[in-house]
Amino acid sequence: MAQQATVTLKRTPLYEAHRAAGAKLIEFGGWEMPVQYTGILEEHKAVRSAVGLFDISHMGEIEIKGPRALEVVQRLTTNDAAKLAVNQVQYAALCYPHGGIVDDLTVYRLGPEHFFFCVNAANIEKDSQWILQHAQGQAEISNISAQVAQLAVQGPHAQATLQAICDIQLDALPYYWAAHGYVQGVEALISRTGYTGEDGFELYCPASQGPELWTALLQAGQPHGIKPIGLGARDTLRLEMAYALYGNDITAETTPLQAGLGWIVKLQKGEFIGREALLQERATGVQRKLMGFELIDRGVARSHYGILAEGQRVGEVTSGTMSPSLNKAIGLGYIRAEYAKVGTEISIDIRGKLAQARVTRTPFYPSHVRKA
Amino acid sequence: MEFPAGLRYTKEHEWIRIEGEQAYVGITDYAQQELGDVVYVELPEVDAAVRHMEPFGVVESVKAVSDLFSPVTGTVKQINDALFDRPELVNSDPYGQGWMLVVTLADPAQLDTLMTAEQYEAYLRQVKEA
Repeated sequence: MAQQATVTLKRTPLYEAHRAAGAKLIEFGGWEMPVQYTGILEEHKAVRSAVGLFDISHMGEIEIKGPRALEVVQRLTTNDAAKLAVNQVQYAALCYPHGGIVDDLTVYRLGPEHFFFCVNAANIEKDSQWILQHAQGQAEISNISAQVAQLAVQGPHAQATLQAICDIQLDALPYYWAAHGYVQGVEALISRTGYTGEDGFELYCPASQGPELWTALLQAGQPHGIKPIGLGARDTLRLEMAYALYGNDITAETTPLQAGLGWIVKLQKGEFIGREALLQERATGVQRKLMGFELIDRGVARSHYGILAEGQRVGEVTSGTMSPSLNKAIGLGYIRAEYAKVGTEISIDIRGKLAQARVTRTPFYPSHVRKA
Repeated sequence: MEFPAGLRYTKEHEWIRIEGEQAYVGITDYAQQELGDVVYVELPEVDAAVRHMEPFGVVESVKAVSDLFSPVTGTVKQINDALFDRPELVNSDPYGQGWMLVVTLADPAQLDTLMTAEQYEAYLRQVKEA
């Protein structure tokens, strides 16, 4: 068991609620967060078959406002924010000039020149500095992370749960769109987004009202079998979808093209940080690719295990787990391009023993997000 | 949590139960709770040698990989291959169907170096306070 460091961990507004619910708490990106309440497998299955409630208030929110806000967002992100209508949401990356990833994020357009970025918890400070530095004074940047609570309601019964206590018509809210509404008296920004592969919503509200919103959602979801879900199941759910996790699958050392995120890189939109490097990489072709694999032999692949093919090391695992939905060991890893084709036989060095594996198509588990 | 009397316990949270000339080995109720859902167990081959407080295998939960330590030096007589298909038995019945090995003891005096249930519970209180 890891020894607790002396640094003070940050806590979300839901901390007391998690303790009261008997959650097992762990350190994650500088935060003290629930890893599980009753058990990762049970929580995972609740999200796939019913509905789960996540506290994701550790994630960061950075606002970008001002007459030139769009221009600043376009310079910072790889995706094309000009394509966003007001209230639309987009997945994107912030890149370094060499093409490595500063962070991955969702970009919300709240007004013609008003955006906010939802960023990873461990990167809030880094991103704020980066954004401030590259905004060049052309927009007003505010890190509002501490003032915002963020909850996610995910699963086939997410809409029924939220609709029972919310004043907007959720059926009219498409995937990756947002709307302001009241949820049992709490004003919230609601988007049809998530990190599980199920239909669901993410809600942003004032930090002080987080506990109220949490309780209201748990009550509304009771007839639907709602359960609070910890970071353990959040990780297995996202990995079954092959959604990248910053720090594991994408880092400053990997580019969006290598990570299979070419679809959020719009090289034709105009200048943005990292564009030159990504143009060149696209022209020459990527040397390695982030691929999904499944184990044929018994065992579980874990982050940093070696990937071998034809007796030589050709890559490294970045995430791995036993898939609770599929009951087999799955993972993601960077593999040299010539061995990265779907169907290629590889092996994983599991603590010195080679386990047979195969490069597979992703997502591992079929997506149930509600695409229009 | 339950810690049956009559078993001996290690500081790494394994238990051993003597039955005549041989002994059953597994992990404790505390260990399985701390690990969470067990999804994979790696065990040695039958006839393999195990050594006092050296790793004999691995238990993996969804989140973590942990070594398994042998309470005694000896030879593996049986392994619980039911765990390959049903690793969750380690969680649901850690002292029963979740057993891992049957071993013969090279040196029964090694048992005296292990904790009784009472001592193990006292040890857990220390671990939790630390």
